Amino acid sequence: MSVTDQPRRRIPGRAGRRLRYALVVLAFLLPSAVPMAMFTIYPMFGALWVSLHKWNLLSPMEWVGLGNYAKLLQDPDTLNAFGNTFYYILGYLPLVYVGGLALALALNQALPLRGLLRSVYFLPVVTSWIVVALIWRWLLNPEVGIVNAALGLFGIDGPGWWTDPTWAMPSIILASAWKDLGFVMIILLAGLQAIPQDLYEAATVDGAGWWRRLFNITLPMLTPSTFFVIVISLINGFQVFDQVYAMTGGGPAGASTVVVQQIYDLTFRYSRAGEAAALSWLLFVLVLVVTIIQIRGQKRWVNYA
Amino acid sequence: MRRRRTNPLLLLVVVLGAAVMFFPFLWTVITSVSPGAGLSATPSLPENPSMAAYAELFENTPFARVIANSVGLAVAQTLLQLLTSSLAAYAFSRLQFPGRGVVFAIYLATMMVPIQVLIVPLFVQMRDLGLVDTYLGVLLPGIASAFGVFLLRQAMNQVPRELDEAATLDGAGHFRIFSTIVLPLVGPTLATLTVFSFMSSWNSFLWPLIILRSEELKTLPLALAGLQGQYTTQWDVMMAGSVVSIIPMLAIYVFAQKYVIQGVASSGIK
Repeated sequence: MSVTDQPRRRIPGRAGRRLRYALVVLAFLLPSAVPMAMFTIYPMFGALWVSLHKWNLLSPMEWVGLGNYAKLLQDPDTLNAFGNTFYYILGYLPLVYVGGLALALALNQALPLRGLLRSVYFLPVVTSWIVVALIWRWLLNPEVGIVNAALGLFGIDGPGWWTDPTWAMPSIILASAWKDLGFVMIILLAGLQAIPQDLYEAATVDGAGWWRRLFNITLPMLTPSTFFVIVISLINGFQVFDQVYAMTGGGPAGASTVVVQQIYDLTFRYSRAGEAAALSWLLFVLVLVVTIIQIRGQKRWVNYA
Repeated sequence: MRRRRTNPLLLLVVVLGAAVMFFPFLWTVITSVSPGAGLSATPSLPENPSMAAYAELFENTPFARVIANSVGLAVAQTLLQLLTSSLAAYAFSRLQFPGRGVVFAIYLATMMVPIQVLIVPLFVQMRDLGLVDTYLGVLLPGIASAFGVFLLRQAMNQVPRELDEAATLDGAGHFRIFSTIVLPLVGPTLATLTVFSFMSSWNSFLWPLIILRSEELKTLPLALAGLQGQYTTQWDVMMAGSVVSIIPMLAIYVFAQKYVIQGVASSGIK
């Protein structure tokens, strides 16, 4: 169809075409941008505004400037909450990554019932923390839990797990790693399947053993998935809450109170909404900075084919 | 490619691991059919299994209504997220506009905002809109998903642009290209997003807890938490509720499983 067939039909000018294109862009973008602006970005700045006030959720807000931030930085509870969050991340991340990698390597082999096995490992991922916490509080019950019963068979007197300040965080880490193992496995499986097989064949011809191939081919080729797992796990790790809330409520005596639990307590238990908002902004900025550092630093170690 | 034989030791380890993973679920199912079950270190098969706990659940608590609420909200959130995310992903993958990189970075940054941070301002906002204790109040914050946009954009970037160009020459506009060329080719990623989106709605706890008041609007996690308070010693009822809450999610995963790994792989995360 050439233009001469319909000479008098609307021939849009440059401005008209640009307007039309702008409308197309908006039509694609606005259905997500409007809800995101209204229900994520606007309340975020709402929280920033609240963070500059003293507020108990009921009476009018009272301007305190950066007072909440200053107060938080001197509050030992803040330090405790960040300390527990780092503790959680340092325990959880190596456990879930090494476990997920081992599983992905194993379930990438030709095994009977492979699909079923993958589903079993993925089952905890789709289960609600309300259910998982109930199950783990039973497994790790100091008196009647099966973990301590099993330890007893070896003559080990099991700890008090989530009822003991020393063991509360390890309990949460263990349950979290168990729940998320399948998620890490799926991401790494996808990564493993993208590695060209001829690399392995060439290495085998050269006489490289299993460990050599793991360290010289698999792990370097897997760095993009590893990067994704670490970025997502760190974001989720800093925001850890559901499992803490459901398993220990942050206790005993604040031993497992993480930052988001502290935000929750400040808001709903102590009605110190201004400080809670300030703490949530501190957390957000920390996560943002950590993520930007990772994205900047990825060129040093991530291989993109 | 040579097909290697199964290493029996590896199989044994993986099967044992799966048994350890699965054991708590098995115990949950067994407890749910053991009337009067208590806590014990050595779970055993019930002497007279019965579905009494399930009957209790559906007769004496509004569990059927609770399931309907959860299904309705999860289906609505999933459909909305699939629509809004795929549209936005197309814009970031195929359309040129000023500030595209910045807008995309803002989308990604919203992934780093924990919902707990937004709870108070969001609640005030919903109160002002008169949406406290309504389905819409639960649903609105979940319409858009930055994770979904990210996942689908990565997948769409892998769709060869020559296909668009060919369609453009045939006179197709962006909506045609989007719906007839790009969308069908990112099917596995859409399946992946369906699983994650449904899961996030199905299991979400804090926001519904805060926004919902009426018993007849409550979702499964809220009802389960309620059961744990109400039937503190009746483990069979608590576990029956847990089993009921897992089954629909499991069904969705089994249905979509085939596509999930492929979907993650084609999103270029690799």
